[in-house]
Amino acid sequence: MAYDKFTVLRSSAVPMPIENVDTDQIIPARFLKATERKGFGDNLFRDWRYNSDDSPKQDFVLNNPIYSGKILVGGKNFGSGSSREHAAWAIYDYGFRCVVSSFFADIFKNNSINVGILPVTVSPEFLDQIFKAIEADPTAELEVDLPAQTITIVGTGAKESFDINGYKKNNLLNGYDDIDFLQSIKQKIGTFAEQSHY
Amino acid sequence: MSTSPRTLFDKVWDAHVVQHIEDGPDVFFIDRHFIHEVTSPVAFLGLEQRGLSVLYPERTFATADHNTPTINQHLPVQDPLSANQLAALERNSAKYGISHWGLGDPKNGIVHVVGPENGITLPGMTIVCGDSHTSTHGAFGAIAFGIGTSEVEMVLSSQCIMQPKPKKMLINVNGELSKGVTPKDVVLYIIAQISASGATGYFVEYAGSVFENMSMEGRMTVCNMSIEMGARGGMVAPDETTFNYIKGRDKAPKGADWDRLLEYWKTLKTDEGASFDVILNYNAADIEPMITYGTNPGMGIGISKKIPTAAEVGGAKASYEKSLNYMGFHEADPMIGKQVDYVFIGSCTNGRIEDFRAFASIVKGRKKADNVTAWIVPGSHIVEQQIKEEGIYDILKEAGFELRQPGCSACLAMNDDKIPAGKYAVSTSNRNFEGRQGPGARTLLASPLVAAAAAVTGKVTDPRELL
Ligand code: SF4
Repeated sequence: MAYDKFTVLRSSAVPMPIENVDTDQIIPARFLKATERKGFGDNLFRDWRYNSDDSPKQDFVLNNPIYSGKILVGGKNFGSGSSREHAAWAIYDYGFRCVVSSFFADIFKNNSINVGILPVTVSPEFLDQIFKAIEADPTAELEVDLPAQTITIVGTGAKESFDINGYKKNNLLNGYDDIDFLQSIKQKIGTFAEQSHY
Repeated sequence: MSTSPRTLFDKVWDAHVVQHIEDGPDVFFIDRHFIHEVTSPVAFLGLEQRGLSVLYPERTFATADHNTPTINQHLPVQDPLSANQLAALERNSAKYGISHWGLGDPKNGIVHVVGPENGITLPGMTIVCGDSHTSTHGAFGAIAFGIGTSEVEMVLSSQCIMQPKPKKMLINVNGELSKGVTPKDVVLYIIAQISASGATGYFVEYAGSVFENMSMEGRMTVCNMSIEMGARGGMVAPDETTFNYIKGRDKAPKGADWDRLLEYWKTLKTDEGASFDVILNYNAADIEPMITYGTNPGMGIGISKKIPTAAEVGGAKASYEKSLNYMGFHEADPMIGKQVDYVFIGSCTNGRIEDFRAFASIVKGRKKADNVTAWIVPGSHIVEQQIKEEGIYDILKEAGFELRQPGCSACLAMNDDKIPAGKYAVSTSNRNFEGRQGPGARTLLASPLVAAAAAVTGKVTDPRELL
């Protein structure tokens, strides 16, 4: 699935200072029944976002118009739980391109990159600074620079670098995906398969 | 390389690296791929859009489980969206020549139950599926983990995924488990010790006398929940228990193949002196029957204990309070005696024959509590058959319980088996997240014995009193 290339993203951010946000919250299982990858953004954080009668819950951050932007900032252990890639699709489809946290669950992190979302892991202290900056000014901007591997709180100039492996970085910068790459080494895979035990 | 000591994980991992990429992941070869109706349709769509095909269809197995009904499976599936996904799985399997166990097929059941029970899962394999509890198959000494739909597409089209090699964690549990303490309690105990994210970035090997003495069913329960501590997966070195379990199963190797593989499997253990990034040691005697009180699987305690205070737990106070609020519990509440509305026994964690035997051991000669609705859901038709053959069905019926048909059911509540908002369910499944078992549902994770004790008393009860 093609996605937009990621280079430098400067945007305000939506704060969600909750720990262990799991993929069942990001997209509840009952919304996984599609056979196409469309429209998942509508059900992003469904049960936190809407009452059972589908009216919006006013105190939930996505329903608060003072917060907006392409960056979602979450608490520690973001994306734990189910392997459903639908969680990443929902985040992308809603309009986020980057998720920032001090700690990501493995599968979610992988899935995010595979669909074109950049997961940025920052230190707990820096995460705190981000939350404080947004609390002080909901329009506070963050700048995520993938080529330089840095994230900056624009207002204060506070900056931190983040890790990403070179291969995945290259994919995101160019909008490539793993399937293209795997197709290019199919012959090698064929040779490998022949001598496999099973 | 062959001279330096390696772990079980290293041995299986290294044997599957097609190519190592500098500053990148390994191109990782997958021996067996399981698919189900929920996470595969978009992957097949992706193949079509790219004009690709399935490279090795004989390495992929399909079963319908996630959103199938658990009653009246002979009738057409009511929910059109679920029916649509089931039809897509059937259509895609037929189109590409993938073996498919659809609804009603005698081999049908939950993917992580049917793989092992049919001899598809073998030691030393790499196994993936678009479901995080694929870690279950690690019980056989396989490297098995859940993947996303993009990766399902990769495996279909190239039999490989791109994976960085995780770090290694060894968890030793030694000693004797006391009465009423089951494999589920062992794993809930470990998660409670290290938290729901304590093993993120690691692949776990479980070792020590507790796992050596455990049945395959028990090892599967433990490996299943590796993901609930954040680990990519968990594994147990294959031994005689493993070989005996596999031998003679439908798709297990036979004859000369068996002999050859058995020799290989015997080499699959961690060498003396091999190193791990983290080693944790626990004592079996410290473990009692466990139950969770919060909204992640790390929030578990011994059933006789009180709910810890935020200060005792550490971490973010607001998140902790949110969690207890959702559950309608308070700090320092005892768990014993809490009201229970639903009991669910099933799922790929505890939906195997051993689990129903355990459940029946308490239920036998007692009656279902009036205030409890119980959903008893075998993990597969083969398990269902065993339940009937072993007389467990009669014990259940006698006590006022009904047996449903196999599927994931209330584990993720994609079908009609949803716990109503605000109700309490003691569940043998693996996740107690908000809304996991239905919007507003409150889940207490526990073993089949604790579930049985709740089912006959109508409240949280120490199963040791009933054994
Ligand atoms: S029983 Fe639950 S955890 Fe297991 S495969 Fe089904 S949904 Fe996933």
